[in-house]
Formats: sequence, structure tokens, C-alpha cells
Amino acid sequence: MLFRDLAFSVGAGEALQLEGPNGSGKTSLLRAIAGFLEPRAGIIRIRTNNGQSHSSGEERGSFIGWLGHQDGAKSQLTPREALSFQSRYYGDAAPVDEALGRVGLSRVSDLPVQYLSAGQKKRLALARLSLSARPLWLLDEPLASLDAAGKTFVAELVRQHCERGGLAIIATHEAIGLQGPRLSLGNRDT
Amino acid sequence: MNAFLALLVRDMRLATRAGGSAMLAVAFFAAVAALVPLGVGADLKLLGRIAGGVLWVAAVLAALLSLDRIFQSDFEDGSLELLVLGPLPSEAVALAKICAHWLTTGLPLTILSPVLALLFNLPARGYDALIASLALGTPAISAIGAIGAGLTLTVRRGGLILPLLILPLISPAVIFGAGAILASLDGLSNGAFPLLGAFSFVAVLLSPFAAAAAVRLNLQG
Repeated sequence: MLFRDLAFSVGAGEALQLEGPNGSGKTSLLRAIAGFLEPRAGIIRIRTNNGQSHSSGEERGSFIGWLGHQDGAKSQLTPREALSFQSRYYGDAAPVDEALGRVGLSRVSDLPVQYLSAGQKKRLALARLSLSARPLWLLDEPLASLDAAGKTFVAELVRQHCERGGLAIIATHEAIGLQGPRLSLGNRDT
Repeated sequence: MNAFLALLVRDMRLATRAGGSAMLAVAFFAAVAALVPLGVGADLKLLGRIAGGVLWVAAVLAALLSLDRIFQSDFEDGSLELLVLGPLPSEAVALAKICAHWLTTGLPLTILSPVLALLFNLPARGYDALIASLALGTPAISAIGAIGAGLTLTVRRGGLILPLLILPLISPAVIFGAGAILASLDGLSNGAFPLLGAFSFVAVLLSPFAAAAAVRLNLQG
């Protein structure tokens, strides 16, 4: 068992940071919230402004903007193709060029993703997330392989999302430079 | 519907790009079908009789080559999570991927088959049955293959187990498909086409549900 007696809530405009050593269950918690993992016991619920509550994994999925370990970019597609597929698939409005410019990928926007560096792929994933209209962002180690400017950009992106009333849960080892509540996993006394 | 089309187009684009599976399947199909007459020898009568069966087996093997990638490449680079979280139910994701797989393997193989049948001296009255049976039956290969691809998603070297899992399930398509071609050569009225169609229809109808369940199960890992 990874954790028990775990209870927390995140309100609109809040960014919760998950902390804890390797193997403490940060990723598993995010996957459980996203509905990939079914918790053995307990309830994960999303309550919307109009009073509806969604507790099944499949219902929760439609609220979630996901940034996982892997970047979710096909190596044969170019960043531009990847983003325009993503926005067509999710049905979001798509200022694709603007999003690519924001994350500093304009120069490589027509190069297949396989030629991009790890940091550039992460930037592409951030551009994808910034286009998504999903209210709850789940970010798993968003700072990995990013340079200093990229790390500031992540913090800025999350801050803007929260200012629009969005929520974010961020699993990270490094200081991300955000105010807000923290949740520490893995402090087991048994 | 837009999301479904977007996914369909993306998967077809990936399959036809450099390193994609479409050309590989077509080339493999042509290579196998060209080798058999060389091995069997110049017995024109015999070749004409076995043409349907050999082309069907070659088509199944060619489609198998790319089946394990239906979900696996998306699973490895993290795209699968994004697809599942998207607006489409995972059953529709599976259906889109089955359609894309058929359009990039089953359909080109069907179109190529009459050309390869020339190597077998297939009698003229067999061509209609050959094309019709492949067009009708190959969707079942893609559909049933998707179940196997979903089940072997997290198995190391799952591509090796996949054929063992799905070949028995696909065998009715081969029996009815090759049987339909033989029956038309013999000028018999045959019930193979309705059975092949029914088999394919049920496979395409039910497989997305099984494949989606298998994918959800594997995402828990």
C-alpha cells in the first residue's frame, strides 16, 4: 500500500505541490486522480461550480489536463502537427503558432520531434498543456530536463492558469517557485 | 466526430510516413506472394487452385507485422494517456485506430491482391471473389488484432505473443475467405460470403469494447 488516511482538497485558483522522496507515490496519486488507477478504497471527487460532483474515473478524465513523465509527442510528427492534432482532437481553439512562440519552439516548428532535445520536447508538452481548456492540471515532474528559463516559464504558466480560476496539482522534487499549499507524501511512521 | 476524424487522420499519417507500417505490410505481402510460386514450381493448375489460400495467409501475416504497434507506440511515448483523457470514449479511440490500421494495411493489400494473383495464374472467374473476400474479411483482422494489441500492451516483446493470441481467432476469416474463392472457381454457389461478412461485422462491432477494456487495464500499471 502506498498511502492511507490521505485527505486533501484543492480549490479554484489553487496550485498544490506534492512532495516526497522517490517511490512515495506522487505519480500514482496523480494517476489515481486522472482515473488511470482505481484506489483500493476512498473517493476522489471533482465538484463543479454548478454543484455537480463527478467521482468516477471516466467522468474526472474530462476535466484533466495531463503532463506526464513522457512528453506524449510522436517522433515522426513536427511540433506544429502535434499541436494542431491535439487541438482538433480536444476541440480547443488553436493559436498553434502563438503557443509555439511562447515556449520558444518557433525555429523548430517544422522539424520532426525526433530531432528535438529532451528539453524541447518538454516545452512542446507545455505548449500543448497551455492550449488545453481543461480546468485541473496534473503535472508530473514538469521541471525535468528544462533550463532555467523553462523552469520560470512553468511557474508562470501555472500562475496564469490559477489566475483564470484553474487548479493544478504538481508533483516535483525541485522548488518550482510557486506560493500555495504543499502536501508531503511518504512520511510513514510505521 | 471531429475528434474521431482527427485521430484517424493522425494514425494514417503516422503509418504512411517514413518508418511507418503501411509500406512494410505491402512489401511483405508482395514478397511472400511472389516467393510461393517459385517454391511450388510451374504447375499452373495447382497454382491457380492454391492462389486464394496463399494470398489470404500472406495478407494475414502482413497485417500481423504492424498490429502490435496499434497501441504500443502511443503507450511508449505517453500519447495514449492523452488520447484516453480526450473527449472520445476509449472504445471510440480503439475503433478509430482499427479503422486507420485497416485503411493503411487491409485496403492496400486488397487492392494489390489481383496483381499478385497473376503470378498464380488464378482463373479469371476467381478475381471478383478474391477482391471481395479480402475487402470483406481484412477488417476482422484489424479488429481482432486490436484486442491482442491491447492485451499485450505491457508485455515485454508482446509482438511475439500477439500472433499466438489472435491467429486462432482470425482463422474463421481465412477459412471462409479462401473457401469463397475456391467455390467461385468451381462454379459452386457458396455460403462463405455471408458467413465471412457476418464474422467481420461482429468482430468490428465488438472488438473496440474488448480492446478498450484491455487498454484501460494496462494503463493501471
